[in-house]
Amino acid sequence: MTFLPKPKLHHPELPRNALGLTRRDYEGAVSTLCAGCGHDSISAAIIRACYELALPPHRIAKLSGIGCSSKTPTYFLGQSHGFNSVHGRMPSVLTGAYLANRDLIYVGVSGDGDSASIGLGQFAHAIRRGVNMVYIVENNGVYGLTKGQFSATSDLGAKSKKGMTNRDQPIDLTGLALELGASFVARSFSGDKNQLVALLKAALLHPGAAFIDCISPCVAFNNHPGSTKSYDYVRAHNEAVNRVEVILPREPITVEYAPGETVAVTQHDGTVLQLRKLAADYDIRDRAAALAFLAARRNAGEIVTGLLYVDPEAEDLHTHLQTVEAPLNELEEDVLCPGAKALEALNQSLR
Amino acid sequence: MPKPLVRVNEFVVKFANINGSGSASANRLFARAILRMGVAATPRNIFPSNIQGLPTWYEVRVSESGHLGARGGVDLMVAMNPQTWDKDVASIEPGGYLFYDSTRPIPAQKFRDDITVIGMPLTALCNQEYSDTRERLLFKNIMYVGALSALLDIDVAELEKLISEQFKSKEQLIAANVHALHLGRDYAHKHWSCPIGLRVRRAETVGNRIFIDGNSAAALGAVYAGATVAAWYPITPSTSLAEAFERYCKRFRVDKEKGKNRFAIVQAEDELAAIGMVIGAGWNGARAFTATSGPGISLMQEFLGLAYFAEIPAVIFDVQRGGPSTGMPTRTQQADILACAYASHGDTKHILLFPEDPAECFAFAADAFDLAERLQTPVFVMLDLDIGMNERLTEPFQWRENRRYDRGKVLHFEDLDAGKEFARYLDVDGDGIPWRTYPGTHPKYGAFFTRGTTKDAFARYTEEGAPYVENMERLLRKFETAKTLVPKPVLHRASQESRFGALYYGSTSPAMEEAAEMLAAQGITLDRMRIRAFPFDDSVKSFIDEHEFVFVIEQNRDAQMRSLLLIECDADPRKLIRVLHYDGTPITARFIAETIAEKITFSRVVPLRKALP
Ligand SMILES: Cc1ncc(C[n+]2csc(CCOP(=O)(O)OP(=O)(O)O)c2C)c(N)n1
Ligand code: SF4
Ligand SMILES: [Mg+2]
Repeated sequence: MTFLPKPKLHHPELPRNALGLTRRDYEGAVSTLCAGCGHDSISAAIIRACYELALPPHRIAKLSGIGCSSKTPTYFLGQSHGFNSVHGRMPSVLTGAYLANRDLIYVGVSGDGDSASIGLGQFAHAIRRGVNMVYIVENNGVYGLTKGQFSATSDLGAKSKKGMTNRDQPIDLTGLALELGASFVARSFSGDKNQLVALLKAALLHPGAAFIDCISPCVAFNNHPGSTKSYDYVRAHNEAVNRVEVILPREPITVEYAPGETVAVTQHDGTVLQLRKLAADYDIRDRAAALAFLAARRNAGEIVTGLLYVDPEAEDLHTHLQTVEAPLNELEEDVLCPGAKALEALNQSLR
Repeated sequence: MPKPLVRVNEFVVKFANINGSGSASANRLFARAILRMGVAATPRNIFPSNIQGLPTWYEVRVSESGHLGARGGVDLMVAMNPQTWDKDVASIEPGGYLFYDSTRPIPAQKFRDDITVIGMPLTALCNQEYSDTRERLLFKNIMYVGALSALLDIDVAELEKLISEQFKSKEQLIAANVHALHLGRDYAHKHWSCPIGLRVRRAETVGNRIFIDGNSAAALGAVYAGATVAAWYPITPSTSLAEAFERYCKRFRVDKEKGKNRFAIVQAEDELAAIGMVIGAGWNGARAFTATSGPGISLMQEFLGLAYFAEIPAVIFDVQRGGPSTGMPTRTQQADILACAYASHGDTKHILLFPEDPAECFAFAADAFDLAERLQTPVFVMLDLDIGMNERLTEPFQWRENRRYDRGKVLHFEDLDAGKEFARYLDVDGDGIPWRTYPGTHPKYGAFFTRGTTKDAFARYTEEGAPYVENMERLLRKFETAKTLVPKPVLHRASQESRFGALYYGSTSPAMEEAAEMLAAQGITLDRMRIRAFPFDDSVKSFIDEHEFVFVIEQNRDAQMRSLLLIECDADPRKLIRVLHYDGTPITARFIAETIAEKITFSRVVPLRKALP
């Protein structure tokens, strides 16, 4: 397999965003995933979200673990630095990168095997530390790249393509993220582009650990009858709790809803998340209620999607560590090295 | 009875205590007072994997001639732990001295008749003086230091000065400690003729040397080198390195105006995460390190390979210890040599630095960050418990005022903007080291995708064999370049030409130097080479070639450095003779000298062609 560069011929009529960039400027190399793979739709949604928010591509760093899902960062944002690390350990690499430079936007891409099986520990700790990132799990309930074994998000009773039945309890990563203190938790479906793009935009603007569990069917190994992560199954059981619209501080509010139907959440950087409620009694700022709601709906066989929880006053790891405003990777000798004189004084104190 | 030992400034005192009894600071006071008298004193803590109750020992080697290695044997035993009494008494040299708490009678057969016994009713004296149980415990320690100061002729003024420095302006504490000190001292003067055969006499051998442990020194080196990100997981004996880094950062790296930190320290959830964070930070252009020990190195294996192949700078301090987690976590060894040199899967090799003492811990720590960035690869600084956790007399730290960090080959915005070509894994300079960019540098140029080896010189995805081989060959060229950059070995020629050589490294150094003197006194001369880094300098190979037999002295069972020499220098295995010490105690001069003498005697009676044991 070799890398195929996409011809970058700009169509003169392609619309441009606030940075003067077209959607093509946010694309990456041609995908080598199976045709119809849910992961490709997620890549497309990331491209659209970043384009629409007019994020400078080079200020985004994309990191991933190992798996089909983790291969995708090659297929979007070709102008961004990317890092395909090791299986299940993207969160630590991303955390380190974030420690070094707090000014970049971090997108962590992972799979259900990558995050819920081998990397459950790192997933948990990156979330609970409040690393400022978008952490997206492309959840197909199966190991795609190693050809169809169950993963830790496979539902109880789900059937594999080879006819085996999963007897282990599934891990619900959204519930876990809520428990662990994520300040933004959402679930979406790769087949619902509009919802996903809106959630990605909200997550990208969220100043804290934003987690999105995105159901993303594997057409090669988990799209058959009996699977609970197939396109058909997810479409039939998808229950969205809300629809999100992101409003930047500079934009006027254009979406109009009937009173009572919407909530507006202002984050401390000024961005407003405008939400149209679909489930009347759902309050996205109530962590405990979100957990209870998720559990109840799961028992009812529903796959709840939408923005499940947001803490507009989120704090991040750098706030906790009280690091300087400037990225650590920009500091130089003058402020880092105490110098020869201080060393002589120190020597003297050790005699 | 043999004559009681008479030794001035050359003896070993060992304190047998109970963990958690507060003896550590009193024992340290004892050692530092001797240092203040200008006599070299080297303490070694021997402690269990336990917080309270198990036995600990603190050994102080007093040596005006400057020997800092462990000597072996004990001249004065301060036996404060009934649990270890028998073993402690047995370890005293014939003619040596035993100091003990005589409050409770000890049966006569528990003593030896070839030593001098000095019993002081410490507990009784303390109970008389103090009513508070904590005071009784703590001042008992200070009291025996006072008694020892009389018995060994230690200048009490130095002890008093140290106490007042320790407690700064807390007058009450100073007075209380000094009082306890004199209680012990006065008792000794009243009951025995002081000093005994062992005594300390003022000398001038300490010079301007400083007294510090290797972990603190390495941490300070990291601060000086500009490390801003540290990620670690607690493990003895490396924990105090990370803690010292935090301490020095709080002192030197806080923006005083805003109270903000110019560093980020994360206690990770495990060593996998710790090294992952270091790699992420290194990828993103910050100087980052982790500190760990053997079990942590094992957990980091996969990531270390990634860093090697993806060419990401990382500094790893491995403070080596014995065996697995339920092995000898609080004992010293040099047993991670191979695990680090070839860490990970695939074909990997890593740079190792072997500091001999705290001064080199500082210097090599600082160098490690330059090397890691210059060579874009992990660099291991191989300490061990002996130098890491024990304070040692060492040369003062040095820093050239105008020293600049070597940040390696990085293309910045201006370079990229001016149209400088960038191919992440292309060897443009012929030294095997490619150029890199930091994420976020330029809107149009310099972005690339980091992955293991499925890539070509332009960082594009490929699974072809040819680019893989090309890349792996370049990594070997880079390793050759590393050879020219790492610290060179140090050669000590014997006074006359010798057929025998000795290769050694790290904390073995002082014991080796002393052993060479002991052997020379027996007429055995040795050329010595101290290895300070891997990859080996070419002079290591010539050193082996020049000698008929070369002893390789190390502190592990499997002769790991010898294996590395055999592999990397293509040396004749019959020439490299193992001298191995690995019971968890620091290697001693006596052990080295005896083992080498024995092997040489043996070699005289066997035909030279035949291999030595
Ligand atoms: C340490 C380690 N063990 C096993 C593997 C093999 N492996 C590669 S991808 C993968 C599973 C990926 O599953 P998931 O994260 O769900 O990604 P998907 O392919 O389904 O998108 C495994 C087990 C590996 N790369 N590394
Ligand atoms: S195997 Fe499954 S997850 Fe992998 S690319 Fe194909 S469809 Fe997607
Ligand atoms: Mg999967």
